Amino acid sequence: MKLKTLLLAGALSAVASTAMADCAFENTVPLRSLTAGFEAWNAVTAAWQECGNIEPELNQEFRTVQPQAFAANPSLYQIGGVSNGTVTPLLNQGTIRPLDDLVEMYGQNLSPNQLIRINGQVMAVAMMVNTQHLMYRSDIFADLGLDVPTTWDEVLDAAAVIQDAGVVDYPLGATMASGWNLAEDFINMFLGYGGAFLNDDGTPNVNSEAGVNALTMMMAMTDYMDPEYLVSDSTYVQQQFQQGRIAMANLWASRGSAMDDEGESQVVGLVDAAAAPMAVAGAAPATTLWWDGIVIAANITDDEAAAAFRVAMEGLDSDMVEANNDAAIWLVEGYQPGRLAQGAIATASAQPAPPAYPSTSQMGLMHTALGNELPAFFTGSATAEEALAAVEAAYTTAAQEAGVLE
Amino acid sequence: MKFKTFAAFVGPSVFLMFLFIAAPLVSVFVGSFQLTQPVLDQIEEETCTPGFLAQTCTTTMVTRPALDEYGHIVTTTEWVGWLNYQRVLNPEAAWAAISSFDWGALMQINFWSALRFTLMFTLVTLPLVIGVGLAIALAVNNAAKSIRGPVIFVSLLPFIITPVIGALSIRWLFIGDGILTTALEHWLNRDIAMFAQAWTIELMMLFFRVWHVAPFAFVIFYAGLQTVNQDTLESAIIDGANRWDRLRYVIVPHLMPLIIFIALIHLMDTYRVFEEIVGFTSQAHVISLQWLTYDFLQPDDAGNRAFGRASASAMLTMVGIVVLLIPLLRRTWRDHKGGSY
Repeated sequence: MKLKTLLLAGALSAVASTAMADCAFENTVPLRSLTAGFEAWNAVTAAWQECGNIEPELNQEFRTVQPQAFAANPSLYQIGGVSNGTVTPLLNQGTIRPLDDLVEMYGQNLSPNQLIRINGQVMAVAMMVNTQHLMYRSDIFADLGLDVPTTWDEVLDAAAVIQDAGVVDYPLGATMASGWNLAEDFINMFLGYGGAFLNDDGTPNVNSEAGVNALTMMMAMTDYMDPEYLVSDSTYVQQQFQQGRIAMANLWASRGSAMDDEGESQVVGLVDAAAAPMAVAGAAPATTLWWDGIVIAANITDDEAAAAFRVAMEGLDSDMVEANNDAAIWLVEGYQPGRLAQGAIATASAQPAPPAYPSTSQMGLMHTALGNELPAFFTGSATAEEALAAVEAAYTTAAQEAGVLE
Repeated sequence: MKFKTFAAFVGPSVFLMFLFIAAPLVSVFVGSFQLTQPVLDQIEEETCTPGFLAQTCTTTMVTRPALDEYGHIVTTTEWVGWLNYQRVLNPEAAWAAISSFDWGALMQINFWSALRFTLMFTLVTLPLVIGVGLAIALAVNNAAKSIRGPVIFVSLLPFIITPVIGALSIRWLFIGDGILTTALEHWLNRDIAMFAQAWTIELMMLFFRVWHVAPFAFVIFYAGLQTVNQDTLESAIIDGANRWDRLRYVIVPHLMPLIIFIALIHLMDTYRVFEEIVGFTSQAHVISLQWLTYDFLQPDDAGNRAFGRASASAMLTMVGIVVLLIPLLRRTWRDHKGGSY
C-alpha cells in the first residue's frame, strides 16, 4: 500500500515536472490570480500553472469579489482576468497598474491589437474577443431551402418556416433571462436600431423610437421561443441547441465550440455560425464587441508585478492556443479560426462594425435598470412605453444616488 | 441564582448579540438616512479596444472618481433625511396609482410588488404550515409504535435540506423538460411551461416553503401531544366527544401556546423570503422585500452599489416584521401576565 502511494506520488511529480518544463522560466514568486471560470480561462490558467508557484482561482462571480480584493493593500491577487465590462471598477479605483514597461520587457509576442490602451497607457492585455453570432442548424436550413438570415426580420421569416415545418420544439432561442442577460439582449438590439442611451446632459434616452423598436422586435421573437424564455441564460440556450430543441439563436461566440462537444451535444457538426443579424439592413450587426484579458494589480511590489506579467504571458502564448484552438476567438498569434468561429469573426469585421460594449459607470447603472424593469413588458404587465419609462425612472434614481447625474 | 452568576452566564451572549446584531442594526439605521457619493471628475479619455484584426479607438467623456494620496476614492457623506426611503417607496407614484385604482401601475413599483408577494407568501403559508404540521403530528402520534421512528425520520428530511438546494431541486424537476413537467405533459396531454407565468412559479414557491417548514411545526406539535392530559381526553370520550370534538376542545387549546410560538417563528422567517426567489429565478415575475435589499447591494459591472436604498429597504423589512408580530406578541404578553398569578 505504502509502496503504491509512493509510486503514485513519484509518477505525479514526474508528470508535474515535465509539465513544468513547458514554461520558459521557473517562477519563484508566489502568485494568485482571480478570473472568470469559462473554458478559455481554464486553458489559460492551466498554462500558468506550468510555471509553478501560482494559485489560480476561477470564479464566475469574480465581478463581485475583484474590486475589493484589488483595493486591498497589498492586493489579494496579482493577476486579474477582466472583460471590457468588469475592468471599469478597477480603473475607477486605480487598482491596476499601467503595463507599458512590462510589455516592452516581456511582451514581445503580443500584437498591438491586444494592448488595451487608455489615454495611451496600456492598462490590460486582451487575449480573446467575444460577441454574439447567429448559430443555426445547417441541416434544417438545407432541408427547408432557407437562406441564412442577415437581418432580424429575415430571422423571423425563417423562424416561421421552421415553425410550420415542425422539425424542432422551438425555432428560436435567446438569452433573455431577466436581469443581466435580458438587458444585454436589449442593449444589442437598441444599438442595432441606432439608439443612444444617454442625452448629452446625462439624462436617459431609452424611451425613444429605437427603444420601442427593440422591444417590439424582441417580443416578436418570443413567439418562436420556449415560453420560459425569462429564465433562459446562455447555458440554457446552449443546452437547448445541444439537445436539438432549437434551430437558431444569437448566442455568445464563446459558446460555439460546445456544439461540437461529443460528450454533451447531439448535433455535432450540424450547427454553423454566421454574423449576428442586423436590426436595420445596411447597419452594423445588432450586437456589441467584448474582449477578455488580464490586468496586473497596482498594490503589489514591482518584482511581483514582473513575475505576474511573465507568468501571464506564458498563458497567452501560441503553445496554449495550439492546444486549445477552439476554446475561444483568440487574439493570440497562431490561432486558426475553426468552423464555429466564422460567425463571430464575420460579426467583428462587419462594415460598419458593431460598437464595443460602452463600459462606464453610467452604463453599469443602465444595465441594472434595464434588467430590472424590462421583464414587466415581457410578462405583459406593462406596455413598451411604460416599461421604458420605468427604466428611465430607475436609471435617474440610481444615477442621482451614484452622483453621476444632477 | 446570584446576579453575578447570572451575569457571567448571560454576559458573553449579550456581548455577542450587541456586537453582531445591535451594532450592525444601528449602522444600517444611520446609513438609511445618509448618502455617500464619490467625488467625480469628468475627463476625456481615449479607449482602444481590439476587433478581430485591428483596434478601434474612441474618445469619449467619462466620469472617474477622484483618488486621494493613498489611492482611495474620495467620498462625501451627507444626511439626506427620508430621501432613501422616498426612493424605495416612491410614494407619489404609489399614491397616484392607489387613488386611480390602478393595480398594475402600483405593481410596477418594485417595493410595492415585493410587498404584495411577501405578504401573500407569509399569510398563505402560515395556516398551511400549522395545519400540515399538526396533521403529521397527529398521524405519527396515532401510528403504531414500531413504525414511529422511521416515519419521524422521513418527515424531518425536508427540514434538513438546505433551502437553496431544496429550491433548486424543485426547479430542476419542473424547468424546461424537467421530468415532472414531462410527466405532467404526458398525463394531461398538453404543453406545460411552469416558469412562463407568475402564478405557477408562486404555486411552486408556496409548495416548497410548506414542504420545507412543516416538519419543524410537526416536531414541536408532536412534543406537545405527548403532554396532553390523558384524563381529560378519557373523560371527553365518556362525555361522548367524537374525534373532531376532542381535537377542537382538548388538543388544540392545549397546543395553543405552541401554535403561537410556531406562528411567531414562521412569520419572522417567511417575511424574509429570499431563497425561493433565487432558487426559482423568479425575478421577472415575482420579487420579495429581502431580494430587493439584496439587489440594491449587488454591484453591477461598473462596481456601483446602492447602499442608501439597501439600508432603507432593510429597515422597512424590519418594520414590516414588527408590525406583523404585534398581535401575536400582545397575546403572548397577555397570557404571560395572566399565567403568573
